[in-house]
Amino acid sequence: MYEFLRDLDRRWIFLLMLFAVAIPILFEVRFPETPTPLVRRVFDAVENLPEGSSVLMAYDYDPPSKGELEPMAAAFTRHCALKKHKLYFMTLWPVGPPMIDENIAVLNREFPEYEYGRDYVHLGFRPGNEGVIKVVVNNIRELYATDVDGAALNDIPMTKNLKNVQQVDLICNVSAGFPGTKEWVQYAATPFDIPIVGGVTGVGAPVLYPYIPKQLNGLLGAIKGAAEYEKAMIEAYPQLGENEDAQKGLQRMGPQLVAHMLIIGLIVVGNVVFFIGKKRGA
Amino acid sequence: MKRTIPFFIASITGMFFVVAYFIPYTASWGEDKVAVWFDIVASIAVILGSLNLLKMSLKKISDRRPGWGYAAITVTAFAATLFVGLGKIGVNPSEKYPDFAWSGNHLENGSAFWWMYQYVYYPLAATMFALLAFFIASAAFRAFRAKNAEAIVLLGTAFVILVGRTYFGTVLSGPLPEDLQFSALTGTIMSVFNLAGNRAIMIGIALGTVSLSLRILMGVDRSYIGSE
Repeated sequence: MYEFLRDLDRRWIFLLMLFAVAIPILFEVRFPETPTPLVRRVFDAVENLPEGSSVLMAYDYDPPSKGELEPMAAAFTRHCALKKHKLYFMTLWPVGPPMIDENIAVLNREFPEYEYGRDYVHLGFRPGNEGVIKVVVNNIRELYATDVDGAALNDIPMTKNLKNVQQVDLICNVSAGFPGTKEWVQYAATPFDIPIVGGVTGVGAPVLYPYIPKQLNGLLGAIKGAAEYEKAMIEAYPQLGENEDAQKGLQRMGPQLVAHMLIIGLIVVGNVVFFIGKKRGA
Repeated sequence: MKRTIPFFIASITGMFFVVAYFIPYTASWGEDKVAVWFDIVASIAVILGSLNLLKMSLKKISDRRPGWGYAAITVTAFAATLFVGLGKIGVNPSEKYPDFAWSGNHLENGSAFWWMYQYVYYPLAATMFALLAFFIASAAFRAFRAKNAEAIVLLGTAFVILVGRTYFGTVLSGPLPEDLQFSALTGTIMSVFNLAGNRAIMIGIALGTVSLSLRILMGVDRSYIGSE
């Protein structure tokens, strides 16, 4: 047995991981979630805004991180729409616009009364990373003359009087790295005292903790954060309990649990093999 | 001269932003007007970067160096993406400007660029990221060893976080007092130990950045310009 584990072909481990992820997905395994205080803060930041507030939806992520971030982006979009907020979508990532399109599809599907130009607008992508933030926070017209489809901002009711990002009541940022939540906190939220909440990948969350709660109101970390946020939304809006699309984060916690257990098991077995080998002088 | 002029450009530009930040009268220069320069320079840098990529890849193909096939794929993908993106192949004129052939969005559903994004970039990028799960599992088995005290601390922390981020942690530590449950321990690790460590790193980086910036602005450190 020791020799088998010592010389274990890593393809067996790959196969185990495949099963660990695939089986809970196929059998739709779910577990209960309880929103943590950090997630509650994010939820309250959106919930406590007066109806019809302006919210900047800065979605800075791409297809590789979509699996982890899409549920929270959709949850932000859905929550804002339930509160009838006015949504300004923009991205600092070149492959971000299709991610925004998918969130706009959520609006079109679940909130048909939401009208482009009156309730939401898609500003698209601009190159320049944090440089874009520094400009739009003072004068959005320097970089954005049109929306993503080339319509002049002056012709769009929502953007006709929009001068800069300081006019929004909240920034909702979903980020997979640089530029992302850290840059929005440093160049927009902190200098101009704009409330901001974020949703980031698991590896991106630890570096943002120093900004909470004064500079960053709340943070959703990875799929766990998304699942807790969805749970908080279902508690506040019970009709979402029947909407499967509003529970993607909760659904993905099943595979996450089994995969985490597998990794713990592999660490334990790997160490047992290591210590037996050491004892035998291998 | 090759080093002096770039040094003066870097130094004056850097000083400009420092002055603009600290003097309220000049605040708008750095925050608004000059920040647009950054975008212009960044846009030009994209062209330089693209040309450099082409030069390196074409040289590799021409010399038949190991891996030249990958360079050929890079050049082909680059040219194809640039062509369909700039040419807006398959894009309809926007409703607002129907008389202008190129007025539509280059990512319009059904366009060639959209197709490449949807059926080439998207699955490839997602696959690369998804492979991480398999390599992490393999690394967990082979590399995560309790070899010394530091490794044991790391292992213990990883165990608490891994368990605490799932419902299994809730079940496992359910009978324990609230403060000792895995979810609470995870919160403590993240918001006390992690926070303190990250804050220390951030302050260290900030001090280092200030120090290095001053050296560059004063001309003490000119290594960024390159050798003579």
